[in-house]
Amino acid sequence: MPVNFFPAEFEVVRNADKCIKCRACERQCSNEVHYYDADYDKMLSKDSSCVDCQRCVCLCPTGALKIRPNENAFRKSANYTQQLMIENYRQAGTGAVLLSSMGTPKDYPIYWDKILINASQVTNPSIDPLREPMETKVFLGKKPSGIKKNPDGSINTEMTPYLELNTPIMFSAMSYGSISKNAHESLARAATELGTYYNTGEGGLHKDFYKYGPNTIVQVASGRFGVFKDYLDAGAAIEIKMGQGAKPGIGGHLPGAKIREDVSKTRMIPMGTDAISPAPHHDIYSIEDLRQLIFSLKEASEYKKPVIVKIAAVHNVAAIASGIARSGADIIAIDGFRGGTGAAPTRIRDNVGIPIELALAAVDQRLRDEGIRNEVSIVAAGSVRSASDCVKAIALGADAVYIATPTLLAMGCHLCRSCHAGKCNWGIATQRPDLVKRLNPDVGAQRLVNLVHAWDHEIKEIMGGMGINSVESLRGNRLMLRGIGLSQKELDILGILHAGE
Amino acid sequence: MSAKITAGDMHFKELNRLIRESAESEIIVDDCLGQRYIGSGVSGKHIIINGIPGNALGAYLDGSDITVYGNAQDATGDTMNKGTIVIHGNCGDAPGYGMRDGKIVIKGSAGYRCGIHMKQYMDKIPLVLIGGKVGDFLAEYQAGGRIVVLGIGFEDICPVGSFCGTGMHGGAIYIRTEHMPKSLPAQISIHDADDSDKEAIRADVELYTQSFGGNADELLGSHFYKLIPNSANPYKQLYVNN
Ligand code: SF4
Ligand code: SF4
Repeated sequence: MPVNFFPAEFEVVRNADKCIKCRACERQCSNEVHYYDADYDKMLSKDSSCVDCQRCVCLCPTGALKIRPNENAFRKSANYTQQLMIENYRQAGTGAVLLSSMGTPKDYPIYWDKILINASQVTNPSIDPLREPMETKVFLGKKPSGIKKNPDGSINTEMTPYLELNTPIMFSAMSYGSISKNAHESLARAATELGTYYNTGEGGLHKDFYKYGPNTIVQVASGRFGVFKDYLDAGAAIEIKMGQGAKPGIGGHLPGAKIREDVSKTRMIPMGTDAISPAPHHDIYSIEDLRQLIFSLKEASEYKKPVIVKIAAVHNVAAIASGIARSGADIIAIDGFRGGTGAAPTRIRDNVGIPIELALAAVDQRLRDEGIRNEVSIVAAGSVRSASDCVKAIALGADAVYIATPTLLAMGCHLCRSCHAGKCNWGIATQRPDLVKRLNPDVGAQRLVNLVHAWDHEIKEIMGGMGINSVESLRGNRLMLRGIGLSQKELDILGILHAGE
Repeated sequence: MSAKITAGDMHFKELNRLIRESAESEIIVDDCLGQRYIGSGVSGKHIIINGIPGNALGAYLDGSDITVYGNAQDATGDTMNKGTIVIHGNCGDAPGYGMRDGKIVIKGSAGYRCGIHMKQYMDKIPLVLIGGKVGDFLAEYQAGGRIVVLGIGFEDICPVGSFCGTGMHGGAIYIRTEHMPKSLPAQISIHDADDSDKEAIRADVELYTQSFGGNADELLGSHFYKLIPNSANPYKQLYVNN
């Protein structure tokens, strides 16, 4: 037998006094960690298969289970960490590229946590959102830069198409294929109830979900899966995916094994073939080419829908965004490198791109400097984790945010980061029918609605504390922010002062 | 009945609105001067274009026929879903990008990146048919459908450029030539087309000769190469869970 170079990452700890051998954990685990041994009359576990998704822990009726990191330790090195050693063993064993999912776990600076929000004292009193009206409604799209008059002297009220959001929070793109039908349905129903939007991702739109069209953003990516006239007509907006924060510069690849009947129908490709989204759109090599795709989509949808261009936050994001703002796009979505993904090569996820905070501040400033900020709305994405992150994003210049990982958490995800394996025990990142049915869309939708209501309330409370009563007046209001523990360079890029200044 | 529109220097927005809103099923566009996006997502019409349509002709086309008496430019039939585009001339880069069904028939030659990421699904099998030669990167990432290059007038050279079929994982390419394409990637295999292969494209070749003249039997009598991918899952062994 070949030597296994590294031990299990996690250890299943079962309290024998509490375990009643009900075998619930065994039934719940798609990784087949738990099993019953009749000879010993005992529940045993195969630790090496565990991904720490916590499903068994949550469902064990007696609280007998704990999953812990395996405390076995290789000789310590700050340079060659245990994780790095294991990754090298994995690659030496297979010759393959490391594949991971969800956002990077690496310890990069999180600027949200180094920014503090202002509050009013004495002068400019704060506002109590429970008593006074607070506006979290936002409109995304081009804003007129002045009043235009018709030949007869009346005011021209014709507007370019826009999205109306009851709260500055939308659900970011996750394709049907990378997540389950029940997860999609939960998102679609919650978006409808909340008066916001969810995003199909690049996997097409399931026929059962066309009815949620008014609250749907349909995505067009380089693979063009499931894109046709009815799909473009169904959505409230069309998003061109140029890049994704977790994997800038590379395409998507849904393995043939995940293309089962329903996914195949929705993507409009045969069952069992790989769904490959090439890294670039092979017809886009310039802003002019992008403009062409934008206008072909606008023509096909008769100028009734705003077009969003989504890009990954990369080094020269401000210049790129400036080009996009001039390309005819109505909205730019910027996705930071800490954002999640259903699957990405580990090395890309952990090393490519820049944080959303810096990208957002740089883009907003650049568009203001060039006098074209009104040409587009900006949506910030890629690890917006809480209501306070939302408030900071808006104050840095975002019109709204996209969230995805928090929506998965609402549906039960425990961030085990193994979505790419397709065996999600929470029924989210899987197409296995027995697992998918664990996620009840009624419950999923309700929990999503709860989450966003709670965040929306917190946003109002924080705004009220600053004496601000609408998202519109918070947007780009960087005076409301101060940095803590940041260098002058970082403060300059964020366009904020240090705490105490 | 048919409607006539003189495009001239009309803006593409106006031209396309007139086409969309026209009650007639046949629309003749005269003096077309590079207007883009003609026929974007349009269904149930026959658009006849005299002149040169601009980029993205027939993008997302959903069951219309377009006939061009002139040359077409880039991105013709982008993500086309249904219908037929017949071009009595040459065509620019990237015709049939992400095309799912329908036919693009080009009398002359076409540029780079023809038929990229063409796909197929159940009874939807798209066709890009080129009478002359094509540039590099033909059929990159092709996932389905047929691409036929007849090489008429280019019998002395290989009528396709380099890097043909890179990333191809479905569908087939037929090339009428005696000369093997250069720098083929490892994941596709090349065969001499046999009689059954030629039967499979007989209707395509006949569509060409019906549209532009010529003799289908004569064309089919020549040597063809057929290129197909080795696998529908080219990246299967590439990844390890981490
Ligand atoms: S679910 Fe809990 S009580 Fe039931 S067998 Fe597993 S560890 Fe024991
Ligand atoms: S979605 Fe499922 S597989 Fe992915 S991180 Fe969450 S719990 Fe794990």
